Amino acid sequence: MAGPENNFGVETTVLGAEEIILNMGPQHPSTHGVLRVKLRLDGEKVVGSECIIGYLHRGVEKIGENRTYPQFAPYVDRTDYVAAVSNGLGYCEAVEKLLGVEAPPRARWVRTILTELQRIASHLLWLGTHALDIGAITPLFYTFREREEILKIYEKYCGARLTTHAFRIGGLQYETYDGFEQDVKEFCRDFNHRVDEYEELLTNNRIWVERTRNIGVLTGEQCIALGVSGPILRGSGVRWDIRKAFPYAAYKEFEFDIPIGHTGDTYDRYRVRLEEMRQSRRIILQAVESIPEGPILARVGKVIKPPPGEVYHSIEAPKGELGYYLVSDGTTQPYRLRIRPPSFVNLQALDAMIKGHLVADVVAIIGTIDIVLGEVDR
Amino acid sequence: MGDEEKKPEPKPAAPAPPAKSAAPAKPAVGPEPLDDELVRRLRVRFAEAIGETTRDRGQAIVVVRDRVLEVCEYLKTEERFDFLTDLTAVDWYERQPRFDVILNLYSFPHNRRLRVKAPVNDACPSVSRIWPAANWLERECYDMFGIRFEGHPNLKRILMPDEWKGHPLRKDYDILKQDTDWIRENIGIESGQ
Repeated sequence: MAGPENNFGVETTVLGAEEIILNMGPQHPSTHGVLRVKLRLDGEKVVGSECIIGYLHRGVEKIGENRTYPQFAPYVDRTDYVAAVSNGLGYCEAVEKLLGVEAPPRARWVRTILTELQRIASHLLWLGTHALDIGAITPLFYTFREREEILKIYEKYCGARLTTHAFRIGGLQYETYDGFEQDVKEFCRDFNHRVDEYEELLTNNRIWVERTRNIGVLTGEQCIALGVSGPILRGSGVRWDIRKAFPYAAYKEFEFDIPIGHTGDTYDRYRVRLEEMRQSRRIILQAVESIPEGPILARVGKVIKPPPGEVYHSIEAPKGELGYYLVSDGTTQPYRLRIRPPSFVNLQALDAMIKGHLVADVVAIIGTIDIVLGEVDR
Repeated sequence: MGDEEKKPEPKPAAPAPPAKSAAPAKPAVGPEPLDDELVRRLRVRFAEAIGETTRDRGQAIVVVRDRVLEVCEYLKTEERFDFLTDLTAVDWYERQPRFDVILNLYSFPHNRRLRVKAPVNDACPSVSRIWPAANWLERECYDMFGIRFEGHPNLKRILMPDEWKGHPLRKDYDILKQDTDWIRENIGIESGQ
């Protein structure tokens, strides 16, 4: 009697329990841009994944081959657009190396200060959004409060807040403004206390610890095999930082420590980045006390025409190793300009990190890698 | 645009540089021959597979003409270049072989970098089994230059759309060139410019 037409609209077929494919993104708030991740799920558990990227590809490297060296400098700000100053430093130093010149000490000191401020700003943005992804809304307001102070310093220095184009090949375009040292010191004065505030909100917060401990574990060997650099590598216990391994700008002159983690999970990476902010403050304070007098721009000539040859120069950007590989054929434009983006290479580790975790953890793990799609896709 | 069939020029939009402006006295920089312990060991082991070895701006460069996989395997296991920092290519479109595949290696134990250059035409052995990091980097290189990495587990485009025709970072791919069919079909406009 109880035929299918007589079941009062209740579906009687049994739903399958086989694996399903779930698309996350490209329009998804927790993917921090236009990242698309195809997840293969067994229930709520991730059994496989594939990243689909390229939605923001603008052909930056091709553009670079068709611009002169100085013309290209503003473009690098738009790769990792939340750490524009760091990109600018890497590019300018790469061209300087290609030319065989070095920026004068004063320029190197100011570059160091601005770049370390940028590291703090980038980590603050990461912390706020990462916590927001996991469900803690409050830290975002605190971190943006401090980040705003850094952006104000940039605005006063060069008129721009995000895509700053702060440096020039050979040094700096602008002398520091009156009260620059004052502003920087003012920012540093309370900053450690501010980091303590974030820690108060998160470090011993049971929800935070449960959501991050043993989530997305990478061992040091895995990191090295996958080319992962930056805070993720250090979170896995490898004490390696380009500022120490191949010092650039003025880092040789300052004392600072490289924090590392032990288990290589999301929680360790969180601790590493927080400590990095404190260390950045330490560098800034030493640098701002000792800015040398002198010229801010080396003699590089009006037309920048590096002799034929090639150079690879990398810096410790907030997200990892940011490298520029330039090939000169002796003209005013690079023959080949390659950007080695930390986010692109680090994102490759996502698959290894999310396997076996739940869908909700994928959000936490994308946050902990700290990617910027402008840099992944270029 | 539209004249991409013309003979490709390496610098399509090169502005005429002003005649020899006041160039500052700069130190002579450029490639010079390199002959150190590592190079000697490589030469003993791989003989004519190792091409010129140079030092440019203080950075060591080794050209590997042949047996790329063996040399890479050796560099990783014996010389401890355990970190593949970057893999990319340069298009010397008039030269034979046409491309240089560039591997930027780093050794954690020795804190040393080494650049390996493999001149190839359009196929190169994949090093992704030696350094898993090469997976995406080789895909990008294939996408941009059309170099096939033999033995790669999943060689397909990564940044450009899967159906895109052409390899944008080749020197004969003009900066204004695009796959108009793809754009018409997928975006519904006549041109992306």
